[in-house]
Amino acid sequence: MPSIDPEAIRQGDRLALSRALTAVENNTPQSKDLQAALFPHTGKAHLVGVTGAPGSGKSTLVNQIAKFLRESSGSEIPPKIAIIAVDPTSPFSGGALLGDRIRMRDLAGDKGIFIRSMASRGALGGLAHSTAAFATLLDGAGFDMIIIETVGAGQAEVDIARLAHTVIVVEAPGMGDDIQAIKAGILEIADIMVVNKADKPEAENTARALKVMLQMANSGGSMPIAGKHLRRTSRGKDGPVKQEQEEKKETWETPIRLVTAMDGKGIETLVADIHRHREYLENYDLWKAKEIYRLEKDLEALIKDKLMENWQESIDESRYKKVLSDIIDRKRSPIEALDLLL
Amino acid sequence: MTDRKIRVLIAKPGLDGHDRGAKVIARALRDAGMEVIYTGLRQTPSMIAEAALQEDVDVVGLSILSGAHNALVPAVLNKLHENSLDSIKVFVGGIIPEDDIPNLKESGVYAVYGPGTDTQTVVREIETAVNPERD
Repeated sequence: MPSIDPEAIRQGDRLALSRALTAVENNTPQSKDLQAALFPHTGKAHLVGVTGAPGSGKSTLVNQIAKFLRESSGSEIPPKIAIIAVDPTSPFSGGALLGDRIRMRDLAGDKGIFIRSMASRGALGGLAHSTAAFATLLDGAGFDMIIIETVGAGQAEVDIARLAHTVIVVEAPGMGDDIQAIKAGILEIADIMVVNKADKPEAENTARALKVMLQMANSGGSMPIAGKHLRRTSRGKDGPVKQEQEEKKETWETPIRLVTAMDGKGIETLVADIHRHREYLENYDLWKAKEIYRLEKDLEALIKDKLMENWQESIDESRYKKVLSDIIDRKRSPIEALDLLL
Repeated sequence: MTDRKIRVLIAKPGLDGHDRGAKVIARALRDAGMEVIYTGLRQTPSMIAEAALQEDVDVVGLSILSGAHNALVPAVLNKLHENSLDSIKVFVGGIIPEDDIPNLKESGVYAVYGPGTDTQTVVREIETAVNPERD
């Protein structure tokens, strides 16, 4: 495979970018150099996550958001937009059918837009293993906004909250009662909530149930503000973040927007929310805090992968098989086996 | 370690609205472990070439039932060429008269499949086209 020039990617060579994404996805020897070369130029793009149940209309919504941003920026230069659309890999064949582009045909022919479909390849958090690395390459390539559409997600696929600055959770009307809305998980990570298919009669009810849920969360003091996750999980030394949280009076109120993605109704307000959320993050230094948190988590993930790889190289295979068969025969518990294998 | 998957774009150029065949092929390729990008109906040759570029696919499959293959196929190949995507292998499926097949192959299509083709044949020939040495 011919080598890919990172400088060409920076200059807007779309073929070089596309091949670089493949290199990263397949973890080829060159992928490391590419990421290293582009990383210093990253940190500028606004990463927007779009998640929600299968069939809630995520792709159609992404199509409308991108179209609106490209067409309605007035006299300014329209932002360059990249879209990463993740769809599931079959656990049986390892293949995948990636169909998100079907809903994004309005964006075809616009050189300011780059859409890449991605198979989850066994990852379970709603993204693929290399989605974060894709974001790095696209950010380094100079895209102003990177929209990441997750796998059709249910309740636990919340990796997007770590990766994106702004998370949009898409709900469709009639998808369960108010108990679903107070369960933990995907609704908690929303910075903006969209009730799509607002032309359906149940849409108002769904919006109302979500509103009640958010109000309850609010009065309980655990309003899903950006940065909340930081405080809980970051290890100690997050001085500036914590201080910030305490000083700050104004919290982000998650808006609930009724949208009909099919015809674009409600998109203008939604796009304004996306911009407003970015300003909010910047004004309260949360943009930086999110970056710190994400980079730390990315590093941890890389270390885990590398340790695993080193271990796999070092372990004697026959020994491993022996211990495994002991476990299968119930002669040894997996916990005990650890001592023998590490 | 690399984890390479064959990526295929299944596209329907032109104006016919029959995509059962395209979906059957897409599904069969998925089941064979490939990553299949399906773009939907009524794609122009430039849309197809652009999608092939962004998705960095190894293979493009064109499904045509309108009879316009003699115009559409060369147009797609031309657009791929303009995008420096000559390394992509292209096959065609649909209703293609026998007499037209030699010309299509001449223009750079590696296979033409008619109704009743065994999907395993399509899978096998993609694998051969992408990795000729593996044959």
